[in-house]
Amino acid sequence: MKLNTKNFGEIEIDKDKIIHFPEGILGFEEEKQFVIINNEDKENPFHWLQSIANPDLAFVIINPFLAYPNYDIVIPETAQEKLKIKDKNDVTIYSIVVVPEEMEKMTANLLGPIIINVNAKLGKQVILDDDRYTTKHYIFRQSMEDRGV
Amino acid sequence: MLILSRRKNESIIIDGNIEVKVLGIEDGKVQIGIEAPKNIDIFRKELYKCIQEENIEAANIKLDINKMNQFLKNKK
Repeated sequence: MKLNTKNFGEIEIDKDKIIHFPEGILGFEEEKQFVIINNEDKENPFHWLQSIANPDLAFVIINPFLAYPNYDIVIPETAQEKLKIKDKNDVTIYSIVVVPEEMEKMTANLLGPIIINVNAKLGKQVILDDDRYTTKHYIFRQSMEDRGV
Repeated sequence: MLILSRRKNESIIIDGNIEVKVLGIEDGKVQIGIEAPKNIDIFRKELYKCIQEENIEAANIKLDINKMNQFLKNKK
């Protein structure tokens, strides 16, 4: 089906790829349907979570384990119930990324990951009960020794 | 907003199967116990608001995709 998007204009998507978010996403509770637009560049880890109903609404997302291999995420029972998760292989996890003007300072929300049951095509944003994580984790290391080398 | 007063150990039942109980009151803080079915999400409001705000910020970024791709290429 054809889909209008702010970032990519009119694109063709496979209806089978539509993910249903019964509760929407926090702040956007009415948005129940999204599709993931993968980056054309296979080496680019940033993708888009695009609203089906609203062409202007899209989130930059990333697999958090790429930036944080030790991300210790425990999927809450409520999410397992609501997403009908039977097996951890059913699950894909993404973090929403905020990209500021100074791109070096882009951050990932590790406190509120997006959990998707790829088989059931169901998604939900969960809030982790873990005070190690916040909504803003730098994706690129900010220490001086890393910069400008 | 429904307003009720409860003493320590008194409860409120919501929708027949959610119980909210006052467990203790101390130091200006109320300890609240909640029994709810497995599919009910319960969070402190600040957490909820924090994530909402972050999502709204993420949705409002004005991203130049080419600039981002260029930035990432330079990062390699």
